[in-house]
Amino acid sequence: MNGRRDFIKAASTGVIAGMLPVSVVRLSHAAPENDFTFAYISDAHIQHIKGNQFVRNWDRGLIRAVAEANLLEPKPDFVMFGGDLAQLGSKPELDHGAEILSALKYKTHMVMGEHDYYLDLGEYWSDLYGDQYYSFDHKGVHFVVLNSILTYDDWTFNRWETPERRMSEMAGLDNPNGSPFMVGATQLNWLKKDLSKVKKDTPVVVFSHSPLQKIYKGWNFWTEDADDVQKLLGKFDKVNVIYGHVHQIQYNQIGRIAFTSVMSTAWPWPYPQSYAQAESHLPVLTVPMNRADPFDERDATGWQFVDVNTGRVDLSFNLYSNDNRKVAFNADKGHPEDVSYPQIEIAPQRHY
Amino acid sequence: MISRKTWTALALAALLPVSAAADEFTAADVERWQAQFDEVAAEGRSLWTDSALGTNGVVCAQCHPNAANTHPETYPKFQKQLGRVGQLWEMINWCIRNPLEGENLAADDPKMIALQAYAYKERRGVPLAPGKH
Ligand code: HEC
Ligand SMILES: [Fe+2]
Ligand SMILES: [Fe+2]
Repeated sequence: MNGRRDFIKAASTGVIAGMLPVSVVRLSHAAPENDFTFAYISDAHIQHIKGNQFVRNWDRGLIRAVAEANLLEPKPDFVMFGGDLAQLGSKPELDHGAEILSALKYKTHMVMGEHDYYLDLGEYWSDLYGDQYYSFDHKGVHFVVLNSILTYDDWTFNRWETPERRMSEMAGLDNPNGSPFMVGATQLNWLKKDLSKVKKDTPVVVFSHSPLQKIYKGWNFWTEDADDVQKLLGKFDKVNVIYGHVHQIQYNQIGRIAFTSVMSTAWPWPYPQSYAQAESHLPVLTVPMNRADPFDERDATGWQFVDVNTGRVDLSFNLYSNDNRKVAFNADKGHPEDVSYPQIEIAPQRHY
Repeated sequence: MISRKTWTALALAALLPVSAAADEFTAADVERWQAQFDEVAAEGRSLWTDSALGTNGVVCAQCHPNAANTHPETYPKFQKQLGRVGQLWEMINWCIRNPLEGENLAADDPKMIALQAYAYKERRGVPLAPGKH
């Protein structure tokens, strides 16, 4: 069909390591000793069939990401997993996912996704991984992990007769019985306190599962209290938000906040504008991917490798069956851009 | 609503061929046909989230929210892997066999018709573009 299919042929002949995006881009005013990298794997959606059977296709996507991340040179300082490890939040799914992830040779930090949460409200996930929101500092960068997939209490606690029903209602992306994601008052207070200790010129990187911006409510590409979070983040000089959930490349700039999404290892989602009955709300900066090829199981899936320099994040998308892409922060333009398509000049939005 | 009489008058005034003037469908007929379609499309929506179409618990809506990326308006069209120009239902069967690890449905299986009705309904308003990718 076209050139983008050739990559997989090369990859499957055993030269994967050579194909990995491994460059650390240093800007001239960076402190080189503070440059570092981390890997980002997301949305594995490990799905239990019965007994010890799991959906093979989703397993393969995650196993491949883990194997490739282990080959990275230079070694990443840590790995983030961006949420939706499971499909229906069950113990067998979370255990099976944890087992695959345990092959990673690096420290791994976890983000909560709605598919991990709505069966037991995160209880088993927390047994495995601990806090659902937290922060840590690494080489001069302040990292924050939020659980952004909470929703209205009434929906969570009063609406559904069983936890299984609640999980399956939230699991359907286009389900009109779903409910918009939110960070919620408790975490907003915590975030405010957490950030009060951080200097204005400290680079801040925030990980969430949902976008922390309002893209398309019909598919929950959305965080209800995104404006409140943006207000708290907006006072820092350099803020980067990296989110999962959307299973596609998106990037955007709102004020000083740079947003970049990550891919799923399981399956791609169409862009919201491809739904003919809805208004389009894709972040205007984004150069979208082409449609996936249904005959290629791994098309439009993948994982990312992140360079952190000068407090900004540059994401290299390691796409299994497509041309790799790189979305880097362009300091002159003041927003992220796809380095292969810089000629596409689009002004960032001020607000969503 | 504009009455038939008014339409006729307008059409005659413009000296255009009269397309829907005489012998109009009754409102009851139109309503019944639409209701029949809507019922089948609703059945298609249920199937869209029904894991019984396959064997591994996977459903269409996981990858095609609101039937997005099904492009019914582009059929019939060439699909490399079919090696020829094929129909929408053949691609539906492809997705049933592969992501869902299920068995083909017959082209005239009521379930196949319902799946297509739902896809077309979600895609309504998009111009026909046979052969396009
Ligand atoms: C693992 C994800 C996945 C699942 C599950 C899935 N599909 Fe697909 N399907 C795809 C992809 C990817 C395409 C290619 C999309 C495109 O061509 O834009 C596709 C293509 C199609 C097409 C042809 C689209 C076109 O543009 O020519 C139809 C029709 C279709 N799927 C229907 C279904 C139905 C019905 C189901 C459930 C029985 C289903 N699919 C399940 C991934 C999936
Ligand atoms: Fe996901
Ligand atoms: Fe999600």
